[in-house]
Amino acid sequence: MTRPRLPFEWLVALRYLREGRLQTVLILAGVTGGVAVIIFLTTLITQLQASIVERTLGSQAHVVLRPPEEVNRPVLPPGETAAIVQPRAQRPRSVDQWEAVTRLAAGQPGVIAVSPVVSGAGFAIRGTTNKAIALLGVDAERYRRIVDMDRYMLRGRFAVAGTDTVIGIELAADLGVTLGDKLRVTTAEGRDEVLTIVGVFDIGNRDLNRRWLFTTIKLAQSLLALPGGVSNIDLKVVDIFAADRVADRLRAQTGLTVDSWMQTNAQLLSALRNQSVSNSLIRSFVVVIVAVGIASVLVVSVVQKQREIGILRAMGASPGRIMTVFLLQGAIYGLVGSAMGAGLADGLLHFFSNVYRNADGTRLFTADLDGALILRVCALAIVVGLLAAALPARRAARMDPVQAIKM
Amino acid sequence: MPMAAIVELAAIRKSYGIGTPVEAEVLHGIDLRIGQGEFAALTGPSGSGKSTLLNIVGLLERPTAGRLEIDGRDTSVLAESDLTELRGRTIGFVFQFHHLLPGFTALENVMMPRIIERGAADDGAQAAAIELLRRVGLRGAEYKRPSQLSGGMQQRVAIARALSMSPRLILADEPTGNLDTHSADDVFALLREFNHDFGSACLIVTHDPRLAQRCDRQVEIVDGRLTDGSSPPAI
Repeated sequence: MTRPRLPFEWLVALRYLREGRLQTVLILAGVTGGVAVIIFLTTLITQLQASIVERTLGSQAHVVLRPPEEVNRPVLPPGETAAIVQPRAQRPRSVDQWEAVTRLAAGQPGVIAVSPVVSGAGFAIRGTTNKAIALLGVDAERYRRIVDMDRYMLRGRFAVAGTDTVIGIELAADLGVTLGDKLRVTTAEGRDEVLTIVGVFDIGNRDLNRRWLFTTIKLAQSLLALPGGVSNIDLKVVDIFAADRVADRLRAQTGLTVDSWMQTNAQLLSALRNQSVSNSLIRSFVVVIVAVGIASVLVVSVVQKQREIGILRAMGASPGRIMTVFLLQGAIYGLVGSAMGAGLADGLLHFFSNVYRNADGTRLFTADLDGALILRVCALAIVVGLLAAALPARRAARMDPVQAIKM
Repeated sequence: MPMAAIVELAAIRKSYGIGTPVEAEVLHGIDLRIGQGEFAALTGPSGSGKSTLLNIVGLLERPTAGRLEIDGRDTSVLAESDLTELRGRTIGFVFQFHHLLPGFTALENVMMPRIIERGAADDGAQAAAIELLRRVGLRGAEYKRPSQLSGGMQQRVAIARALSMSPRLILADEPTGNLDTHSADDVFALLREFNHDFGSACLIVTHDPRLAQRCDRQVEIVDGRLTDGSSPPAI
């Protein structure tokens, strides 16, 4: 029955919670629900966003360096003569001193992979069929670190050497070819070459499956008439959301056109941001509602316990200790509620991860709880409990013992 | 040689509603001295200021004017926290309505002043509380809640609680007012016994002339003045 060793404040706080059974149960249910919603939503949205970003970035570089756009410069100063300046057609050009730029980019903090690429347009021809393609001359080893092609390979390997080529599944179907078959590639420069298919990939995007054709850098250089040059340099960075900073730095250092995935996918990014904002809003509302709930329960409790507070004060309990009794109750609501809320969120995630599945039958999200998130939410719940209890606790502490006893 | 005083009041005045149209002075200059171990009754009609005087002596209210010394310490210079500490250490209260904590057992109620003073229950607290409950005749009721006890038993728990810090002064506000004659006699006898055994001074507010006569000294208050002539006469 007795808990002889508990400090006074804990003894009284815990007893009050136990005494107010229904109130305690109801508000704990409220805190539990609130915490569960926050953990569930945050886990869900974090995972969905990560998978969207991963899908988006699965087939593209985080940062791409290209030669600067060519512009026409009027010889006469502007404003003094009437002139129409037409935009210039952009011919394929090499990145100036690309080997030096590659080394510079590789040395940037946060850059984990660099791959020079020779790209241009061409046709793949087999018999009487010809298909427009995007010719990509890469060093397979380096490109693999930008786009994990091994994951997408259906047949053969992602390896290019000599006149080997790797093509997408749709292009293979269109041309009616498979592993070991040959096809001819021609370019607008009037050059052509017969290539052997050593690999077929499915990158998860029909358009790219139909257009991408990989060869060696050397072969692409000769087909696209870019001897010794590369048309762009692809980078991969550690922190994908810092890609624009890396891009800014490289732009300033090289004077090249540098695009990060964040610029090329601005719409996706703003959609993700909006999603995060609405998640934050929902979380804030839940926090406010939980705080109001705790505060109102404690306000009622202070009124109910007026006389007891007066007695405790008359027996020598200082206002500060009375305040602590009620602050503790708020903190306990937060702590216990968040522990139960984490459990509930875990259950919800397990349940719904079984219910909602992708078109291919894989889970839309997993039930993996992030430990750091749970700790953060628990800390938040305790702080909210303390803050919510502050007002009632102050009221209890300020109570005049004589008035309280007379009630 | 006069006994050393546990309580010394000089020209104590108390007004309520100061600065408002309903300002009223309840105590009009009280001089009162209670010696160590003295057993005194405070009597007077309703509304005469008995409870107010008791609250002031018990450091629950501050007087508007006058000087109050408890155990030789001038309380007017003490901060609220020092008053709280002095109250917890020196004074034990017994109220008309026992004012036990309903969520705690009889034993815990008796231990509470010591828990408050020491921060948590210590080794001796429980044994001392059990002994006190035995002395007030409540052996076996240690783990009962106040709601499971009769009115007389509750008041005896309250007395045990008031004594748990071995206070030098016990203030009792109509401790028997709510009890039948038999229980009232029991409670009074207990107060007498502790006064004798521990030397705690007692100031008992009561309406009951029978009880008042059984005290060593009777102090009567009428309309905020003591009738022994120590207060200045009404104008």
